[in-house]
Amino acid sequence: MRKRNLIIWGSIIIALVLQIVPLPIQADVYRPDWVLVVLAYWSMALPSRVNVGVAFITGVAMDILVGTTLGIHSLGLSVSIYILAANYQRLRNYSVWQQAIIIGLLSSLYHLVTFWVQHILTDIYFQIDYLWPVIASMVIWPWVFWLLRRTRRQFSIM
Amino acid sequence: MDTIFTRGPSLNNRLALALVLSVLLIFVDHKLEGFKSTRVYLNSFMSPIQYLANLPGVILSESAQRLASKERLLEENQTMSNQLLLMSQKLQQFDVLAKENEQLRLLLDAPVRKESRKMVAELMAVDKNPYSQQVLINKGAIDGVYLSQPVIDDSGIVGQIMEVGSTNSRVLLLADVTHAIPVRSLRNDIRFIATGSGSLNELYVEHVPHSVDIQEGDVLISSGLGSVFPEGYPVARVKQVVRDESRPFSRVIVTPTASLDRLRHLLLLWHESDESQDSKTQDPKTLAPKTLNPKTLDDATEEQAPEDKDSKDIDQEESENA
Repeated sequence: MRKRNLIIWGSIIIALVLQIVPLPIQADVYRPDWVLVVLAYWSMALPSRVNVGVAFITGVAMDILVGTTLGIHSLGLSVSIYILAANYQRLRNYSVWQQAIIIGLLSSLYHLVTFWVQHILTDIYFQIDYLWPVIASMVIWPWVFWLLRRTRRQFSIM
Repeated sequence: MDTIFTRGPSLNNRLALALVLSVLLIFVDHKLEGFKSTRVYLNSFMSPIQYLANLPGVILSESAQRLASKERLLEENQTMSNQLLLMSQKLQQFDVLAKENEQLRLLLDAPVRKESRKMVAELMAVDKNPYSQQVLINKGAIDGVYLSQPVIDDSGIVGQIMEVGSTNSRVLLLADVTHAIPVRSLRNDIRFIATGSGSLNELYVEHVPHSVDIQEGDVLISSGLGSVFPEGYPVARVKQVVRDESRPFSRVIVTPTASLDRLRHLLLLWHESDESQDSKTQDPKTLAPKTLNPKTLDDATEEQAPEDKDSKDIDQEESENA
């Protein structure tokens, strides 16, 4: 029980670190949504443990780390993870590549939600560059999936 | 395995709760600014993650320093000492000028500008939020950093403190879309407001009528109005003036003098001590010019129509400062 929480929250914290780790400006645009991808894995694997609540808390942590108005990322993550957790039975049966496409769709939804909210609050304008992370998230999904599934089976987390 | 009894609220209810809470958080934080005081604790709570994220960069630059070749160090030393020589030569003149300025100000009965406290801070991380331009520095409430404190670097104003944590704080850069700074032209003292554009090397000077004398290459310095930024630090250089007569105002694009994408060491400035500020507000003599100010602003409205908005901006900044 404690081990499971430790592993889940540990992976989320690593994802948060990866989300804010400084990168060269050229690579920064392509930073994948580590947090969303890790949350997506857990909510697909253990939907009764990790779902909207965890996504909300992680989103608030992300808002503090990134310095946005509190609630923006928690809103985006909650909505995306809700869709995933509501359809986990179907999504589990997809192949990894099909899942990657779903992750891409979720990631673009997440970016659009955070963009819309911030667009309402301050006048920012949409640039197509903001959607590069969608493709990056799709690319990293198989690897994250593989890694997390291994750790989950290693520690036999149910 | 989970039985149906251990599940708690359904997924839909959880989502509804999360949505309501998020919207509430956004409203309280953005409109009511209810988290201003708690942000310090929230930031300090999350700062271990920030330090963790900063670690690879620190290790990399440390090892790079250790591996620097001898020739390069010697070369760097040479350029540094050359620079020092030039600077100290300039400083000699500066001392004389400062003293002369002080005497002249005394003669004029104008308040003498005091040396303010400064502190060097180092950049910790650049923000990952593509919609705003912020950086994180390694000084916080413990070092006496306060909200909306001015931050400069070796070539000009960088921005102001936006959030304070206990050991680190967040700087809102000049280029952020929500930031505006009162400036004046070094050449002819015309006042402007420079607002951020969202991209790091551009600011816009807004509401400039076509008749105003502003040219490419003009240097804009901080005007000290709004009392957030100290007077006289370079802010930007005019890059382009587009006078399209079909538009109400000309479009002026300026580049910040501080290279905001290459920040490393920053300088935090403190306002003159609080006692002197208090006495300033109480002293009727020094109040007089302040009450005169609106009048001069009114005069200016005849040639600069949007002055009202500008002065409102400044007032807003002033109240934020208070």
